Amino acid sequence: MTTQEEALHTFNDEDWRAGEEVIDATPKNRGGFVSAPQTVGSLMQIEMSQIVCRFGSTPAVAGVDLAVPQGEFLALLGPSGSGKTTLLRIIAGLEKPESGILRIDGANAVDLAPNKRGIGFVFQHYALFRHMTVARNIAFGLEIRKSSQRPEKVEIDRRVEELLDLVQLPGLGKRFPSQLSGGQRQRVALARALAIEPRILLLDEPFGALDTKVRSELRVWLKSLHRRLGITIVFVTHDQEEAMELADRVVIMRQGRLEQDGNPGAIYAEPVSPFVYSFLGAANAVPVQIESGIVRAAAGREILGVSDQFAGAATAWFRPHHVDLARPGAWGENKSLPGRVIDIATTGPRVRLQIAYHDSTLSAEIATEDYAAIGLKVGEPCQWRPRVIRCYPMGV
Amino acid sequence: MATNPSQREGRSGAPGLAAYGLIAIATLFMLSFLVLPVVLVLVRAGNQDWSSIAETLTDPDCLSAIRLTVTIASIAVPANMVFGLAASWAITKFSFPGRSLLITLIDLPFSVSPVVSGLIYALVFGMQGYLGPWLRAHDIHILFAVPGIVLATIFVTFPFIARELIPLMQAQGRQEEEAAVVLGASGWQTFRYVTFPNIRWGVLYGVLLCNARAMGEFGAVSVVSGHIRGMTNTVPLHIEVLYNDYNIPAAFTVAALLALLALVTLVVKSYLEWRLADELAATR
Repeated sequence: MTTQEEALHTFNDEDWRAGEEVIDATPKNRGGFVSAPQTVGSLMQIEMSQIVCRFGSTPAVAGVDLAVPQGEFLALLGPSGSGKTTLLRIIAGLEKPESGILRIDGANAVDLAPNKRGIGFVFQHYALFRHMTVARNIAFGLEIRKSSQRPEKVEIDRRVEELLDLVQLPGLGKRFPSQLSGGQRQRVALARALAIEPRILLLDEPFGALDTKVRSELRVWLKSLHRRLGITIVFVTHDQEEAMELADRVVIMRQGRLEQDGNPGAIYAEPVSPFVYSFLGAANAVPVQIESGIVRAAAGREILGVSDQFAGAATAWFRPHHVDLARPGAWGENKSLPGRVIDIATTGPRVRLQIAYHDSTLSAEIATEDYAAIGLKVGEPCQWRPRVIRCYPMGV
Repeated sequence: MATNPSQREGRSGAPGLAAYGLIAIATLFMLSFLVLPVVLVLVRAGNQDWSSIAETLTDPDCLSAIRLTVTIASIAVPANMVFGLAASWAITKFSFPGRSLLITLIDLPFSVSPVVSGLIYALVFGMQGYLGPWLRAHDIHILFAVPGIVLATIFVTFPFIARELIPLMQAQGRQEEEAAVVLGASGWQTFRYVTFPNIRWGVLYGVLLCNARAMGEFGAVSVVSGHIRGMTNTVPLHIEVLYNDYNIPAAFTVAALLALLALVTLVVKSYLEWRLADELAATR
């Protein structure tokens, strides 16, 4: 690991202020860096309505309505092929929607060329210009401007230095991309995108190609960068943890449509569909029958909980960490379901157990101390119950 | 071709008798069919005294042939370079209807015999052809004149640069271009600052092969040139004329000139291949 990457750990308030001072000193600041976080929510920076985009006959995006207020940190979350990257590329102008309305800062942007949009885009595989040094990469967006809009050479050099400090790669301007690690390249790509002082920053699976450690470091860094710059950020990811950790708002996509839209907490607490439920983390599903508000397991008629939403055949979903476990007879018969332990895996603080219940296999995750108290072994019978369930009608 | 045997051992174990046998056969084949003829041409040419070599090369017909060949190459190669760049840029960076048809068409000159290509031009521009009478009426000379030779050469050397660039640009993908455009670059700026620097060695390599072929082309040019000495004879045609006149020493002298071109091409090509490997390696 290089010193630059280690520097990520030492990010502190002093860096914060130093960066701010340098940025404020920029005479040609067009507002990208100084748009303050307090303007969040006041203005819709991106508005999309009924966006459709097709590749061949399959629609990649099939009618999306989405508005992103200024300063928001938005995650587009979905499995591969859900159309999230296409949506991002439509905002950048790299794909043209077949139909629909796209407004950026209130102006129609559907026919606006991508090089006129003033949007920063960070590609999954960085897309750094391999024949240019890091400094030239970062300066590119400024150097290609018309001479009337181009900053002076010394000014560009100064801005490159600033940005290298901002992304915590000081002194690496003369290197070539091939001489950098993945995490460093990604930060150069960010610096290059920020150099043009974009109104909007789009990130396509920004940490997808990095190893876990570098990825979590960059997440922390990106979040602080967003706080500092107050810029609108839309990023695409298939990693729900990443989306939950970083974003103010998460939009879940499925087959080219928006499945759910909300803040991370709300989405996790109330997934609108089994798809979202299972996408957001490990999940168990048990077929149930709901009669007069009582949820009973279809297989053994045991009571799982209550639900006043609907009646009839349904599926009850619950998280492994919401499963209570005990030896048979520890609780009253009607409050629990029978099972048999078929596998146990210890992961330090938590113990994961696989439990056979009729035809299905469930996972339960309990604290290591709790597990020690129960002391179940593989092959032993047990009883279990979910603390929290969420029911969806059959066939949803 | 001299592979270091110890190096090979280190990689894949000791080569057996069969491997040595195959290497020997390949080397023998290369020597007898590729190296020997070139050497013979040079030796036969060099076996004369310098004054007769000078005489052959400074003959007005020969000088005119050299001049014509250089002229043709200096028109055909840049033309194909522009075309090759445009075609491979279009094919690799955009998707459009007819894209695979275009790829097939680029390969057409490779699959058609050069004589046939020449005949096509004779058919189009000749007196019996479609445009012949009209061209004659307007006093425009294409067939049996320099424009015809240029056209035939361009046709035959059409695929060299595009064929070289398409795989290279395909391997490099579109992302850098997209990055440049989003940063505000125009189409030309994207090409000038991003695409071209990434493929410049590939372009040079293609230009080199294209040039070697443009200068050496015989078949197609032979059909459209009319073999007018001192006017429409290129170097390869001049060699044939000398040979048919039983002026063997002179024929070998001029042939040596072309063979030298081939040697120079080979050396430069090896250097470019080495640089090209860097270019490709950088994509990974």
